[in-house]
Order: sequence, then structure tokens, then C-alpha cells
Amino acid sequence: MSLLFEHYNYWVAIFLMMTGFYTVISRGNLVKQVVGLNIFQASVFIFYISLAYVDGGATPIVKEGVEVYANPLPHVLILTAIVVGIATTALGLALIVRIKEAYGTIEEDEIREADQRDGKDSDA
Amino acid sequence: MTGAEALPLALAIPLLGSVLIALLGRWPNLREAATLATAGGLFLVVLQVLFGLLAGEPAEVELMRFLPGVPLALHSEPLSILFALVASGLWIVTSVYAIGYMRGNNEKHQTRFYVCFAVAIFGAMGVAFAANLLTLFLFYEVLTLSTYPLVTHKGDDNARRGGRVYLGVLLATSIGLLLPAVIWVYSETGTLDFRPGGILEGHMGGIAATALLMLFLFGVGKAAVMPVHRWLPAAMVAPTPVSALLHAVAVVKAGVFTLTKVVLYIFGLDFLREVPYEVVAVYLAGFTLVAGSVVALYQTNIKRMLAYSTISQLSYIVLATMVLTPLAEIGAVVHIVAHAVAKITLFFAAGAIYVASKKTEIHQLDGIGYRMPVTMGAFAIAALSMIGVPPTGGFVSKWYMIAGAFQHDYYFVLAVLALSTALNAGYFLPIVFRAFFRREPEPPARDHGEAPVTMVAALAFTALLTLLVFVFNGPLVTFEQVILEVAP
Amino acid sequence: MIDQHFLALLVVVPLLASPLCLLLPNGRLPWLLATAVAWVVFALAVFGVFRVYGDGPVSYWMGGWQPPWGIEYRLDALNALVVLIVAAIGAVVVPFAGRSVPAEVDGANIAGFYAAFLLALCGLLGIAVTGDVFNLFVFLEISSLASYTLISQGRNRRALVSAYQYLIFGTIGATFLLIGIGLLYAMTGTLNMADLARRLAEVEQTRTVFTGFAFIVVGAAIKLALFPLHLWLPNAYTHAPSVVSAFLAATATKVAVYVLLRFTFTVFGLEFSFGAAPLSLILATLAVAAILVGSVSAVTQNNVKRLLAYSSVAQIGYMVVAIAMVTALGLTAATLHLFNHALMKGALFLALGCVVYRMGGADMDSLRGLGRKMPLTMAAFVVAGLSLIGVPLTAGFISKWYLVLAAIELGWWPIVAVVLVGSLLAAIYIWRVVEVAYFREADDPARSEAPWSLLAPTWLLALANIYFGLDARLPVSLAESAASVMLGGAP
Repeated sequence: MSLLFEHYNYWVAIFLMMTGFYTVISRGNLVKQVVGLNIFQASVFIFYISLAYVDGGATPIVKEGVEVYANPLPHVLILTAIVVGIATTALGLALIVRIKEAYGTIEEDEIREADQRDGKDSDA
Repeated sequence: MTGAEALPLALAIPLLGSVLIALLGRWPNLREAATLATAGGLFLVVLQVLFGLLAGEPAEVELMRFLPGVPLALHSEPLSILFALVASGLWIVTSVYAIGYMRGNNEKHQTRFYVCFAVAIFGAMGVAFAANLLTLFLFYEVLTLSTYPLVTHKGDDNARRGGRVYLGVLLATSIGLLLPAVIWVYSETGTLDFRPGGILEGHMGGIAATALLMLFLFGVGKAAVMPVHRWLPAAMVAPTPVSALLHAVAVVKAGVFTLTKVVLYIFGLDFLREVPYEVVAVYLAGFTLVAGSVVALYQTNIKRMLAYSTISQLSYIVLATMVLTPLAEIGAVVHIVAHAVAKITLFFAAGAIYVASKKTEIHQLDGIGYRMPVTMGAFAIAALSMIGVPPTGGFVSKWYMIAGAFQHDYYFVLAVLALSTALNAGYFLPIVFRAFFRREPEPPARDHGEAPVTMVAALAFTALLTLLVFVFNGPLVTFEQVILEVAP
Repeated sequence: MIDQHFLALLVVVPLLASPLCLLLPNGRLPWLLATAVAWVVFALAVFGVFRVYGDGPVSYWMGGWQPPWGIEYRLDALNALVVLIVAAIGAVVVPFAGRSVPAEVDGANIAGFYAAFLLALCGLLGIAVTGDVFNLFVFLEISSLASYTLISQGRNRRALVSAYQYLIFGTIGATFLLIGIGLLYAMTGTLNMADLARRLAEVEQTRTVFTGFAFIVVGAAIKLALFPLHLWLPNAYTHAPSVVSAFLAATATKVAVYVLLRFTFTVFGLEFSFGAAPLSLILATLAVAAILVGSVSAVTQNNVKRLLAYSSVAQIGYMVVAIAMVTALGLTAATLHLFNHALMKGALFLALGCVVYRMGGADMDSLRGLGRKMPLTMAAFVVAGLSLIGVPLTAGFISKWYLVLAAIELGWWPIVAVVLVGSLLAAIYIWRVVEVAYFREADDPARSEAPWSLLAPTWLLALANIYFGLDARLPVSLAESAASVMLGGAP
């Protein structure tokens, strides 16, 4: 029981991660896949941020009378990772827009059908 | 010029020759002159190497560092000189013959043909003079790849299929079996040099050595021990000069030469006798020998029959090598020469018949001896050598093989030799009989006499060589006896 | 200044040139800038290699901050080789792009294309030189995002879908890496590789470290397209513009292999990576599957680009199986093949680029009769193909020699057999192409050789295959010192 509650932040992260991962794998709609990917990444961000918390620590801004601070480094790292995540999402969505223009659909099975209709060099 | 200076030249000349031939492609006469000049020059250079060795100065040249402990190196020893002399000498004859054949047949892509031919000879020279197993392997592959365009020269579906089998079998065996064998030897001994007495003794033993022997036996696909013989009949789609020089001399002899070298200088006779089940190699070669002859008996196409005969004759050499007695080794070496000159004559004759009359099948040959007496006369002499009848070279080698087998009381070998002699007679003599003692059923569509003079001259010359090997076998045997001397 | 800052310049020059490229008008100017940058980078890389082999490893503190607080860039024998591969292939490939890209990419996107290309170059070099694991993640994403963009530039609409698939796979892989890095940081409080290696030794046997290790290995395996995580690769290489296929096939997976090597050997250490976990067995099994499945799939392909892509899957198997041996010879073979495979796949894809430039496609049908139509292009293809098969006197033979030698030394006979079967399958799929090119007649047999600006880079790489097959001293000595670095000896 204690394992469950003491580390609830990790459980949240794992739950989100699996949700995102499942969405990516199971959905045929490209936009939903990107959303799933976002959830997946966000779980890692949360994991990093919660990692930085130190019991009883204050926000890492130097103040009189405060001895214990939370670790600021993971926050900084995750800022970078968030930027990377946004770039990935933006690129993914841009590709989806182009795919919609080229195929007229953003459903994976319909795209595959269109490719097979094109004939040769279809993909297994 | 000393032997050491001549060695690199023996590689450089055919290689530069191929470049020259390619550059002169637009002027056929100049191009053919270049081929002949290259062939002649190469033969002289090989003679220089021979004189160097006779003067007691064996040459050893390191071309470049290749892998740690294994340089790309050349050396001269009696066995290599023999192979190089046979290949380069017969190249001259074949070039003369090929000029007649290619022009007489109006073949396409003649420049490519002569270029690849020169590169193939370059490969054969490399195989001959290789001072270690890796160098030998490199040139072995050069030989395989450079002959592929020659085999598929016609460019039709048939040629493509033949080429596929050719390359498939040769690459599969060399990369799949020979290469690991080479690397294995290197892994165990740290060297790949050919040394008298072998390098493996004390490094491996027992069943592992047997496995290594089998890797070599089948890995050297060019030796055509069954079941890796399929490429040789497939290669018969090539123009006849290619079949003659490459698939009766350079390529197939490169195979048995490699095996002989491996037996003498990697394993060593003494060590190989200790290897368990080494007799398996003798049985495999014996089987190929008989089976090749039996299959040849049923062939209707002249060139295919000659191909199966070659398979059988190659196994003579493998068999004699694996008997592991000094006399049999000599027999193997002499047979490399004897079979080369005889088989090239047979192929030359087949090509001459094709150019003169477009005939390719055995049953069409009735009475052809009257139209082409020189060609069929040469054919008859060479056929006698195949059977092993004096006064031909084939008799000498068979003599030493039988004597070698007696040294060990190898009755299996004796039986095989006797059986195959009968079989050889069974498929060669009917052709001679047909050509001279039967009448032509009807006059051919095209009246013809002998083939172009260059071709006839070439095949008459090689038939003469077949007889000369018999007459001058003494110096040959004395010279080769050196290979059996094991350094202390 | 170069002497002090070359490590930073290696990354900064392409990074700064990239936005500059975007500002230039479409046309030849972006290409000229990219060429100049690629050559500067190559010069820097050569300089770096000489420094490493002259004076030993080079360490550079970004902004003067001392590691482990600041970010350290570090060049030793292992990554010097990787930097050299990436920079050299970049320098060869960009000149090729001059003619090939306008033919294959929308004219309005030329500037953007080169901007993305320079970013990819920057990212790949950054992964190689950085000594900081989080920095490595950032560069990995820079190079990945740039490659998704580059792949999507292919003319066929399938390029878009392929880029998208790669994006999904790649992001999952990179995120796995990020999780692993986070777990390591949680245990040690540091991100510097050398520092991590020291501190991990104290906490090695915790479950967190194991989990982190697993995440990192899986993440790297996705990026290097190890079977069965290779599904993104064939599509991406098939539909990308020729230049991009050549560049990525020769560099991107190599850098991913480097990431795997760096983490398993430098960060976690040999004993941890291969001692406690059965990693060696897992990697060897997957690699064998990769070699066989990749080669067999390649044999059945009808599009030659896709054929080469599957062949890449198999070739990666060779590298991974060599890594799994964890011996000096095995690691030498792996790094050597890293180098040689870049040469052969680069040459093959560039030759195909010439074909696409003239014929408009790379399926078997458009290759008919090319032996006569484009003799020089096809000759280069054959040379590189022979190297791929591992025929003597080519670079591929040297790789194969070391690989088989390493396997025999360990007595891994089944691996010897698999490697050789793989070579034979390679002979089959290369020969299928050769037969089509030389034995089938083209509809229009007129000679139409590719322009020299395409042929020159192609032949440069093809000849490199022969040169390094004849004189393998340079790559072998580089690979040997890289192996000794990995095994903890002096570089």
C-alpha cells in the first residue's frame, strides 16, 4: 500500500505513458495518433518534474531563511524537452495537413488503400 | 631481369594489356596485335621467373601490407611456375585461335571479350604466384568475376541462366566455404603463408582438421568435386575460346592448383596423413571421377560432353593429390599440364567444327574427318591422351598416379583409375570412329573445309604439345620433385 | 582559435548556416552555402581526427563551464571515427545535391531543404561529439526532426506518409531515451557521461538503473532500426529524395549505433551491460534475425531503393552481432563495418540517384538496359554492390574478414554461417539488379549518361570502396583504437 501512495507521482506518469502509447498504437486517425504521442511525452515531462521535488523544499529561488530547495535542473531540462515536443507536434501536424491535401483523408487504412490502388511497390 | 623483378611484371602485363586493349577497341587489328603482344610478353616474363628459379634464386615479393600478418605477396616455386607457364603459354595459342573464331563467327562486343580475357589471365597469374592463402583467394575471386562477362557473352536468356549458375555456385562456395576456411586457418595459426611442410601442424587436430579439409575441398568450387560441379557445364554457353582456355585450363586448373597448394603447403603431407577420415576426400574425388565419365557418356552436345570429361579429369588430380604419396603428387602435377594441353585441343577442335560447319552435336559428326582432317586428327591425339594411351602426356600422369597408389596399396584408387580409363575410351573413341569411318549421310547445307587457318594452326600446335609432354616428361618431373622437399 | 574551438565549430557552423540558408532565395545560392559548410565541417573533422590520434582525446567545455556542471564536448577514438564518417559523407553528398535536388524537390522548397539538411548534419555531429547525455537527446531530436522534413520532400505522396511514420517511431524512440536518461539522473544527479560512468558504479545494482538501461537500449534500437523495430526504415529510404536516402543510409543509423555503443560501453560499462543482463544474447539473436529477414526481404523487392533499404536492415544486423561479441576483434569489426557500410551504401544510393535523375524512377523496370545506357553509373553500382557482397579487393571484404575472424575466435560457428548466408543473399539481390541492367533491353537504347556533377561524387565513393579494400590501414587502425577505447584501454 505504501508503495502505491508514496510514489503516486510515478504511477500517474506510468498511467499517462501507457494511455499515450496505447493511443498511438491503436488509433487509425493520424491526428489522434499525434495527440497520443503528446500524452506520451507529457508523461515523461511530469516524471522529470516530480523527480526534482525535494521533501519540504521551496521553489528554487534564493530567499532568506530557506535551507532546502527543489532541484531546478530537471525543470530546465524539461523546458528544452517541451520545446522539442512542440516542434515534433508541429511537424507531425504539418505533415498531416500535407497528407490530407495529397490523399484527401487522414485515416491510416484509407491511405493504405489509396497506396495499394496506385499499384506497384506497395508496402507489406 | 631477376626473378624478383619479373614477378610483379607477370601481374602488371596482363592488367596493363587489358587497359591497352580497351583503348584500342576502335581499331580491331591494333587491338588484336595488343592482345598477342601482351600474351607474348607475359610468357617471356614467366620464363624469366623460371630461369631465376633454375638459377637457384626463388623470388619473393611483397606488394603491399594488406591485413596484419598477411601481406599481399607473390613468390615463385616450381608448382606456381608450372601453372603460370601453362596458362600464359596457352594464352598465346588461344589468342591466335580466338582471333579466327571471333571474326569467323562475327561475334559482337569483341573488345569487351579481349579485355575480360586479359583480366582473367591477370587473375590466373595472381593465383599462380600467390605467396599466401589470402592473396590466392583474392585472385581466385578476380578470376571468377572477370570470367562472368565471358560466360554470358552472348547476352541471351540462355547465357543469362548459365551465368547465374556459374556465378552462383562459384561465389557461394568461395564465400560460403573457402573464405571461412581461410579465416579459420588464420585464426588458428596467425599466418597464411605457403610453407613447405604446411603450417597447420600443432595448431589443430582431430575432427576439426577434417572439417577444415572438407571446407577446402568443396570451397574450391573451381576444382568441381561433385556436388559443386554444376557451374562447369553451365559455363559452356560461353564462346569456345573461353571454354578452351578458361574452362579447360586457367579456371579449373586454378581450382586443383589451389587444392594442391593447400595440401602441400598449408596442411603438409605428413600432417594430413594424421587427419582422421582424410580418405573421405579420396572417395569423393573417386566418385566424381567415375560419375563425371558416366554422365559424359550420355551427352549429345560436344561441348557439354567435354565439360563432364573435364569434371572427371579434374578429379584425377584431386584424387592423386589426396593419395598423399610423393609419386602421386607428381602425377597430379604432371596431369595439370597433360590435361591442359589435351583438353584445350579438344575444345579448339569443337570450336573449329562449329565455325566451319555450325555443328554442335555429336551425332552430326559422321564423316567430318574427311572434310577437316587436321582438326579431327588433333582431336584423336588429344582423345588418346584423355584415355591415357602412349605416346601422349596423359599416359605419363596416369603412370605416376598408379605408381603412387601402389606405394600405399590403394586398391580403391587403382580400381577407379581402371574403370574410368574404360569409360573415357567409351565416349571418346566413338567420336573418332564416327569422324573417320562413317560416311556423311547427306552433303551439308554449306560446303566447308577446315576452319580459318589461325584456328587450325592453334589446335595442331596444342596437339603437338600433347605428344611433346610425353617425350619430354623427364625434365618436368625432375623440376617438380622439388615441391616434395620439406624444409627442416 | 580553430585549435581550441574546433569541436564547438563542428556543430555551430552548420547550426548557424541553417537559418541563413532559409533567408537566401531559392536557386543555387543555398546549395553553394551548404556545400561550403559541408566542406568546412569536413576539414574540421579531419583536423579533429588528426588531433585525437596525435595527442589523445580532446575535451572542450562549452562556454568555459567545467564539467560535470557545464556541457562537455569530447572527442576520442570512437567518436572521431563517427564524426569523420558523417562529415565525409556530407561533403560528398552535398555536391551531388546540386543537380539531383532541383530534379526531385519542389523548386519553392529548395532553401528550406538545405536548411533542414544542415540541421540534420548539425544534429548528427552533435550526437557524436557531445559528452553530455541530455545534450545528446537534444541533438538526436534536432537531427530526427530535420530528417523527417527531408524525407517528406520526396516527389511521391507516399514520402509524406513515410516521414510521418518515421516521426511516430522516432519520437517514441527518442522519448524512451529521455526516460532512461531521467532515471539515470535520478540515481546519480549528473548528466556528464564520464561522471555518470563513475557514479553509476556505486548504484549499479538498483532496479532503477536496470530500468533506465532497458529504456535506453530500446530507444537506441528503434533509432538504429534493429529488427523488429526496423519497420520505419524501408519506407523512409524508399520515398525520400535520392540525396537524402544516401545521406541518411550512410550516416543516421551509424550514429544510432554509436549511441548504443557509447551508452553500453562508456556510460554503463562493459561489466554492467553485458555481465548482469543477457544483452549479448538478445542482441545477437535479434541481429541474426535482422540479417536473415532483411536479406530475404531485399531479394523479393521490386523497387531498388527499397531493396537497398532492406539490405541496410541486414547490414545493421552485422554491426550489432559484432557488438554482441564484446571482444576486441568483434568491436573492431563493428566499427570497421560502420565505416565501410557508409561507403558502400552511400555509393549505391548515389548511383541510384543518377538513375532516378535520368529515368525518373528506381524500380526494376526503369533499370532495364542501363548497362548500355548509363555505363558509368551502373559500373559504380556494380563496384559498390561487390563491396556490399564482400568480394575481395573491396572495403566490404575487410569488414567481412574481421567479422568472421571475430566469430571464429569465439567459436560462434552459427554466426559464421549466418554472416556468410547473408553475403550470398546479398549476391543474389545485387545480381538481380545487374541482370536487369545488363541483360534486358531498354525501350530507348540511346546512351544517356548522368552529368559529371552527379557521377563525380558517386565514383568518389565507389573508388573509396576499392581504395579501402586495398589499403585498409586507416580504417582498421581507427577501428582498433575505437575498440580499445570501448574496452577501457588507452585510446
